[in-house]
Amino acid sequence: MGAWFEGFKANAGAWFEDFKATFQLNFIDDDRYMYLVNGLKNTLIITVFAALLGIALGIIVASVRTTFDKNEESMRMRNKGLYIVMKIANTVCKVYLTVIRGTPVVVQLMIMYFIIMASSTNSVLIAVLAFGINSGAYVAEIFRGGIMSIDNGQFEAGRSLGFSYFRTMYHIVVPQVIKNVLPALLNECIALLKETSVAGYVSIQDLTKGGDIIRGRTYSAFMPLIMVALIYLIVVVVLTWLVGKVERRLKVSER
Amino acid sequence: MNDNVLIKVEGLKKHYKGGAIKALDGIDMEIRQGEVVVIIGPSGSGKSTFLRSLNLLEYPTEGHIYIDGADITNPKVNLNRHRQKMGMVFQHFNLFPHMTILGNMTLAPIKLLKMPKKEAEQMAMELLERVGLGDRAAAYPGQLSGGQKQRIAIVRALCMKPEVLLFDEPTSALDPEMVGEVLDVMKELAKDGMTMVVVTHEMGFAREVGSRVVFMADGMVVEENDPQTLFTNPQSPRLQDFLAKVL
Ligand SMILES: Nc1ncnc2c1ncn2[C@@H]1O[C@H](COP(=O)(O)OP(=O)(O)OP(=O)(O)O)[C@@H](O)[C@H]1O
Ligand SMILES: [Mg+2]
Repeated sequence: MGAWFEGFKANAGAWFEDFKATFQLNFIDDDRYMYLVNGLKNTLIITVFAALLGIALGIIVASVRTTFDKNEESMRMRNKGLYIVMKIANTVCKVYLTVIRGTPVVVQLMIMYFIIMASSTNSVLIAVLAFGINSGAYVAEIFRGGIMSIDNGQFEAGRSLGFSYFRTMYHIVVPQVIKNVLPALLNECIALLKETSVAGYVSIQDLTKGGDIIRGRTYSAFMPLIMVALIYLIVVVVLTWLVGKVERRLKVSER
Repeated sequence: MNDNVLIKVEGLKKHYKGGAIKALDGIDMEIRQGEVVVIIGPSGSGKSTFLRSLNLLEYPTEGHIYIDGADITNPKVNLNRHRQKMGMVFQHFNLFPHMTILGNMTLAPIKLLKMPKKEAEQMAMELLERVGLGDRAAAYPGQLSGGQKQRIAIVRALCMKPEVLLFDEPTSALDPEMVGEVLDVMKELAKDGMTMVVVTHEMGFAREVGSRVVFMADGMVVEENDPQTLFTNPQSPRLQDFLAKVL
C-alpha cells in the first residue's frame, strides 16, 4: 500500500512536471498565449458584428417575405405598382434564402474573400460580411416563423380597428413575436460563434487559427487544441446560461 | 328608425380558385342606421365571407360596397379610415394577449383617434362598468373566461365609437352557460340604437332583437324579412328546410 502510493506520487509528480513544461512551451514561451487572446478578440468581434448584420438583414428579409404573403391579395386588388415591386423584392429574398442555406458557409466565406472582396485586405471585415450575410438567412427564417405563428385573428383584429398593416405589425404583432423568437435568436448567435471557427480558411487569425499557429510552432497538438476548445466551451456555456435566463424571464411575464 | 342608408352593397361576388368556388354570388343589400340585421344560413353559405367583405377583410371579386356613400372597393378610398367606423367582433375574440384589458381597449383610440390617454381610459372604464367587468381592467385576456373575453371584445370595438358593429358568430365558441351574458350585452346595444350586422345561429336572438333577418344559401340571399314573418311564414323551400332543422 505504502509502496503503491510512493509510486503513484512519483508518477503524478512526473506527469505534473511534464504538464508544466508543455504549458510553459505552448503558452508562456515567446508570449504564445497572445495568439489565443488576439484570436479570441477577433472571434468575438466577427461574431458580434456578423450577428448585428445578420439580424438587420434577417429583419429586412422577413419583413419583405411576410408583408408580401400577408398582403398579396390586397396589393393586387388595390395597388398594382406596389404589388409588382413587392413581388420582385420577395423573389430576390427567396433566392437569397435558397442560395445561402443551400451552400456551405466555408464556401461562401472563400467566395467573399477570393472573389467579391479580393481587393480588400481587411480580413475581419470580410469575415463579418460573409458570416453576417450567412446568418441573415437563418435569422430571417426565425423571424418569419415567429410572425407566421401569430394567429391571423390578431392581424384581423388590428386591421378591423383601423390600423394599417404596418401599425398592426408594430403595435400588436411584433411585441408578441419578439417574445417568441428571442431564445431562438440567441441560439443562432451561439451557432454563429462556433461557425466562425472556419475563418482560418482565409487566413483570418481567429481563436481556432491562434491555437493552430501555436501547434505549428511547438509541434504539440494536445495542449493548444484542448485550450481552444475550452475557451469556446466557456463562452458558449456563459451564453447558454444567458439564454436560459432570458427564457425564464419571458416565461414569468407570460400570461 | 330613419332611412339613413349606412351600408349599401351592390352585386357583391367573391370567388375562390378562379371561380370554382363561389362563396358570394351576387348580393345586394342596404343597411340603414339603427337596424339590427341578422344573417342566418347553413354552413358554407357565405355568411362569414359576406360579413368580412363589409370591412374588406375579404376583397370582393366583383361588386361595390358603399359606406356613408363612399365606395370602399375603390382603391383610392382610405380603407383604414372607413374601418375605424366599423367595429368587428370575432368568433374567437382576438384580444391582444400581451396587453391588459385596459390596454386592449385604449390602444386604438389613443393611436388612431389621438384621444388623450386619461380620456381613453376613462371611457374604457365606463364601458367596462356597463358590461360588469369594471374590476378586470388590469387583468390579461388569458385570465378571463370566454364570455368575459367576448364582452371585452365588444367594448373594445365600441371604444372607437363605430357607426356599425359586425358580429361573426360571437357566441359559437362559448360554453353554453356563457352565451347569455354576451347576448345580453348585444341586446343592450341594439336597444341603444347601435347599427348591427350579426351572423349567428341563435334563432332566439334573431327573433327577439333582429329588425330584419336575412337567409343566405349558396352565396346568395334567398329570403329576407322581419323576424316574425320570416320564422312563421317562410316562403322558399330552402328556408323551410333550414328552419325545420334548427328550430
Ligand atoms: N380562403 C378560401 N379559399 C377557398 N374557399 C373558401 C375560402 N374562404 C371561404 N371559402 C369557401 O366559401 C364558402 C363560404 O364560406 P363562409 O365561411 O363564408 O361560410 P359560412 O356561411 O360563414 O359558414 P359557417 O356557418 O360554417 O361559418 C365555403 O364553401 C368555403 O369553403
Ligand atoms: Mg362563418
